[in-house]
Amino acid sequence: MKQNRLMLIITLGLALLALNGCKPKGPAGVTTGDAASKVYVAPGQYDEFYNFVSGGFNGQMAVYGLPSGRLFRNIPVFSVNPESGYGYSEETKPMLNTSHGFVPWDDLHHPALSTTKGEHDGRWVFGNANNTPRVARISLATFRTEEIIELPNSGGNHSSPFITENTEYVVAGTRFSVPIGDKTDVPISSYKENFKGSISFIKVDPQTGRMNIAFQLRTPGFNYDLSRAGKGPSHGWFFFSCYNTEQAYTLLEVNASRNDKDFIMAVNWKKAEEYLAAGKGRKERARYAHNVYDEKTHTATSTMLDEVTVLDVMELPDIVYFIPCPKSPHGCDVDPTGEYIVGSGKLAAVMPVFSFGKIQTAIANKDYEGDFAGIPIIKYESALHGEVKKPGLGPLHTEFDANGNAYTSFFVSSEIVKWNVQSLQVLDRVPTYYSIGHLCVPGGPTAKPHGKYVIAYNKITKDRYLPTGPELTQSAQLYSIDGDKMQLLLDFPTIGEPHYAEALPASLIKDKSVKIYPIEQNEHPFAAKGEKMARVERKGNDVHVYMTAIRSHLTPDNIEGIRVGDNVYFHVTNLEQDWDVPHGFAIKGATNAEILIMPGETQTLLWKPLAAGVVPFYCTDFCSALHQEMQGYARVSPAGSNTPLKFSTGETASQK
Amino acid sequence: MEKSIIVLATLIALASCTPEKPKFEEGEKKKSSAVEEVVDPTKGIGQVKHVTLYNPLDQERIQRGKDIYEMKCQACHRLDDQRVVGPGWKGVTKIRKPEWIMNMITNVDVMLEQDEEAQKLLELCLTRMPNQNVSIGDARDILEFMRQNDGEK
Repeated sequence: MKQNRLMLIITLGLALLALNGCKPKGPAGVTTGDAASKVYVAPGQYDEFYNFVSGGFNGQMAVYGLPSGRLFRNIPVFSVNPESGYGYSEETKPMLNTSHGFVPWDDLHHPALSTTKGEHDGRWVFGNANNTPRVARISLATFRTEEIIELPNSGGNHSSPFITENTEYVVAGTRFSVPIGDKTDVPISSYKENFKGSISFIKVDPQTGRMNIAFQLRTPGFNYDLSRAGKGPSHGWFFFSCYNTEQAYTLLEVNASRNDKDFIMAVNWKKAEEYLAAGKGRKERARYAHNVYDEKTHTATSTMLDEVTVLDVMELPDIVYFIPCPKSPHGCDVDPTGEYIVGSGKLAAVMPVFSFGKIQTAIANKDYEGDFAGIPIIKYESALHGEVKKPGLGPLHTEFDANGNAYTSFFVSSEIVKWNVQSLQVLDRVPTYYSIGHLCVPGGPTAKPHGKYVIAYNKITKDRYLPTGPELTQSAQLYSIDGDKMQLLLDFPTIGEPHYAEALPASLIKDKSVKIYPIEQNEHPFAAKGEKMARVERKGNDVHVYMTAIRSHLTPDNIEGIRVGDNVYFHVTNLEQDWDVPHGFAIKGATNAEILIMPGETQTLLWKPLAAGVVPFYCTDFCSALHQEMQGYARVSPAGSNTPLKFSTGETASQK
Repeated sequence: MEKSIIVLATLIALASCTPEKPKFEEGEKKKSSAVEEVVDPTKGIGQVKHVTLYNPLDQERIQRGKDIYEMKCQACHRLDDQRVVGPGWKGVTKIRKPEWIMNMITNVDVMLEQDEEAQKLLELCLTRMPNQNVSIGDARDILEFMRQNDGEK
């Protein structure tokens, strides 16, 4: 320890001497000599995996390459993004509409990649909005948010999105139970009587990916946390961790940590489907937004829906069973075979592993220890495959490799522990820096893990990077899991707070990536498909500019006849048909953002000029050698003036 | 080949301080790294080896060619002989082989790297002609429209 400190002082001294030393050694030199070569991806070469990492409170989803840890994209999902105009352009504003109106921000925690037969299929990645409950679907062809559906009756959507084996459903629990229905203005202290949980089953169209809420399960009032769908033998089931079975409504830190055991909730969703088909669902009034982005019109529409079908599990038997699980379970993970369910009690000293086969036998034999709100509680021992003894402190989440091993993150003891699912023996442990939350093995939650690496997503960075004031970068750490011993290979900073992440082989999606939007297929109502269609039209106080962009000019680039008080819509169509040639558009004084227009696309910026004058606009995305020439002027005259509406490009008059 | 890229990059860099982003797709990059054997340099480089021209002109082709021109080409090419971003089209069918024209339209990145005439035009215009994702059939329609523009009947 003293020696380490001495080393640190010497290292710091050397760094100071070097003055411009750009890469000081981290505080813990635990990587071995060949780590760098294992994560080195030579310039121009591709990474082996895509890593989709939640942005946490930035409301976005980041895309990294593995093993290099290089950042490729930051996809705006629930938060406005002035860089691309997402949430600012007229076309994308409806994406962020909710029953509460336009919500410009949310907290995205869990990406979920679509699967077929329990394996990654590379179609979509889903993400959750924690705060104002919503689920988003992002296309893995365009890397854009295509759809967002709001979840009524949910009090916070941490518990989502979890997908079934063939992406039949995306499922979302509720963190907070809340009063539901007509009578919601009730005393908070009436929690036990009035507060209920809600599990939404969102049906996903296998062709288009379109989402709709097929039904909701009404469940007892406590907190629902993480979940996984069954697969293989357990296909048709879901397993949710639940906490606060104490039904506390204040100081949960203490009051929701009293019971020795909370529950894993096993949900037979095939049974729920039967009830639904038999007409046992109850239609209830609810108000929620469904927003869809159309790739042909390049425009989102928001529809407000007003009804949801509810199946009450306290009235309809055999949908739900409880399994006791030690102390406030958080992660609830199903192994690749679909037989074993790992419960991770945040405050527990052991980790129980349940057996699906045993759960089925216990249900058949009614091997119950009691009930909660009429729902049977299966005897702990009857459902148990076994316990992992003394695994570490604060187990959170578990992912799997293809060799029967599990990797569990431990928040309190800051480590990843590798153990065998069958034998329950701990095989290896490595420290993380610091306080790991989620972890990710490529394909780790699926029936076919791709393995090779485990990535830690840490809550605290402290001294790992150059300091940047009180607010430090968030970070991830990449470990090799090829050998018997896990090996730390790389630290890399992340955008926003990474919660969960998934990774899949690049080969599954890279060749499907959309390069351009064919201009012939552009059905935007204000598209100018060619300069001949570029024009300006006035309709009352609305001025529509049908503008085209191509290297290196905007058409029209001289506009006159705009008046103070007008709403000026710049509908900019990018005429380019070549990959990686976006154009941007910005106008001085606009109070929203810029817009970034992909080849063949049309996007609209609304500008409300407040004063007379000549106002410059320009292309913001460096597009060609003559990018600095890609500019224009809009003349604004006082309200009520008679300046004629005029527009042109390339027309000149003789100047005095 | 690499030399020509360096020359191009230098030219572009001279015109502005930052070189243009590379605009190659993976497939195209492979194609361009192995210089094709050029049989007749006046026909350019690409898939189009031989074009048969008919008279009188095909009116349907002309209309389709005009529509594509207005959507994808007009922003940079005028129908008279004036250069705007790219050269005006007047007379183009008189000084270029039809194969060269269609290869320039459909295989522009390779042409700009390897074809001397195309490179001369880039030196003149200083803006790389973009790949406008035009099919061979569409390029043939554009050619017909160019022939009409040059006064053929």
